[in-house]
Amino acid sequence: MSEKVLMKGNEAIAEAAIRAGCMHYFGYPITPQTELAAYMAKKMPKIGGVFLQAESELAAINMVYGVAATGKRVMTSSSSPGVSLKQEGISYIAGSDLPALIVNVQRGGPGLGGIQPSQAYYFQATKGGGHGDYHIIVLAPNSVQEMADLTALSFDLADKYRMPSMLLADGTLGQMMEPVILPEKSNNSVEKPWAVTGTEGKRKHNIVNSLYLKPDILEKVNFERYERYKEVEKNEVRYESFMMDDAEFCVVAFGIAARISKNAVIAARKEGIKVGLIRPITLWPFPKKPLADAADQVKGFVSVELSMGQMIEDINLAISCKKPVILCNRAGGMIPSPEQVLESIKALGGNK
Amino acid sequence: MTNKLIIAGFGGQGVLFAGKFLAYKGLLENRQVSWLPSYGPEMRGGTANCSVILSDDPIGSPIISKPDVLIAMNLPSLDKYEDEVVSGGMIIVDSTLIERKVKRSDVKVFYVPATKMAQEINAPTLANMILVGKFIKETGAVGYENLEDTLKKIISARHQDLYSINLNAINKGYNF
Repeated sequence: MSEKVLMKGNEAIAEAAIRAGCMHYFGYPITPQTELAAYMAKKMPKIGGVFLQAESELAAINMVYGVAATGKRVMTSSSSPGVSLKQEGISYIAGSDLPALIVNVQRGGPGLGGIQPSQAYYFQATKGGGHGDYHIIVLAPNSVQEMADLTALSFDLADKYRMPSMLLADGTLGQMMEPVILPEKSNNSVEKPWAVTGTEGKRKHNIVNSLYLKPDILEKVNFERYERYKEVEKNEVRYESFMMDDAEFCVVAFGIAARISKNAVIAARKEGIKVGLIRPITLWPFPKKPLADAADQVKGFVSVELSMGQMIEDINLAISCKKPVILCNRAGGMIPSPEQVLESIKALGGNK
Repeated sequence: MTNKLIIAGFGGQGVLFAGKFLAYKGLLENRQVSWLPSYGPEMRGGTANCSVILSDDPIGSPIISKPDVLIAMNLPSLDKYEDEVVSGGMIIVDSTLIERKVKRSDVKVFYVPATKMAQEINAPTLANMILVGKFIKETGAVGYENLEDTLKKIISARHQDLYSINLNAINKGYNF
């Protein structure tokens, strides 16, 4: 089972989802994530699963809502404009305390934008996205291997905390092929006594709902939900720290930007610049503490993003604006080069 | 050692397939590999390219701005990437389709009439694999043995009649 195979990131997500026990996929095609839906279309009928190409993204996310209510593992995938369309449904799923996986293989925006890679949906993913007070767990893979591994983890976390999770990837990670060891078949799905599965007259029926007309009740539900979010923030922060031990400067980047940044950090080290990298793997919960700790050690931060600067706000919050944070970015589907990141490290004062 | 290769040409010339072959060959040799295609409307008859990295170390960015080797299968690709190749690098040109010479004098250049050779061996769509053969010969980036094992990974058994003509094309390029 541990054979390395060469796969596209999009396909690795699909296969990993199936192995994690996801037998229901609903989607609507959009570049650059279409291989994921295509893989599901091919595979699901052979294993007794459900692949359904809905008439729209709205329909797809509401089908996800329906299956999630039954406690079965379920997912949808799209790219940026499509994920915007799903936001209402995601809010309903969050408001009904249901687990589900949403994959966003990001492309340039806003509007219809383009089809090349982007990270401009950080705000949407980490700050709620739809209406109301809620969060979803957001995981940011940076390799095809992580596309697979974090898919399995997304399902586990969603189940554990009864909330939607999102895999926030981008066009590069979706399209590229790398060797991947696919995770073993597993289904760490927890007991779901809340699921609407038919009572057979043996128990009180369950209700899945996000409508609470009495404000005091709705407030209580919100407060309880945020108690759960505190647990997520306490238990589930994940990040990678690279060459930070003696670092005087810190690059912060996730996903594909982190891989480019790693090249830049290695190049800077060769020039004698003491720089390290912190790569958030969970974007929500955001790795606040490692960054706050780094702020006591380094002279400044570079936030490397494929956007006009979104994560940089969370970095400033995490470090209470203790140290300067500069932005190194490209947007609209363009990708910063390692050389550009290196220049930013030098601009921050890393120029010996 | 790290080899960074860009293969570029028209959509339909098998640019992505050639890259996939080399990536899988690298994988079977236990090297680190990445394969990144161009995607989108350009795939339909426009320019297509893919970036392949073969390395003994973990690969950082899969995006190649300065390739060690360029395989150019049409003129727009040579025009676009000629200046990006590192000094001391290599350019392999399909000289059937590209009439001009490479302007750079600081890179090794190989002119292979791959499209014509492919027609001569009755495999007109396999100019890509002829160029792959030449790439293997001149770079040693991957080995020249166990080629069929690699083909089996990327061509399904239903099409096993394609193994031998692909092998033949690679051999022709290798021995050119």
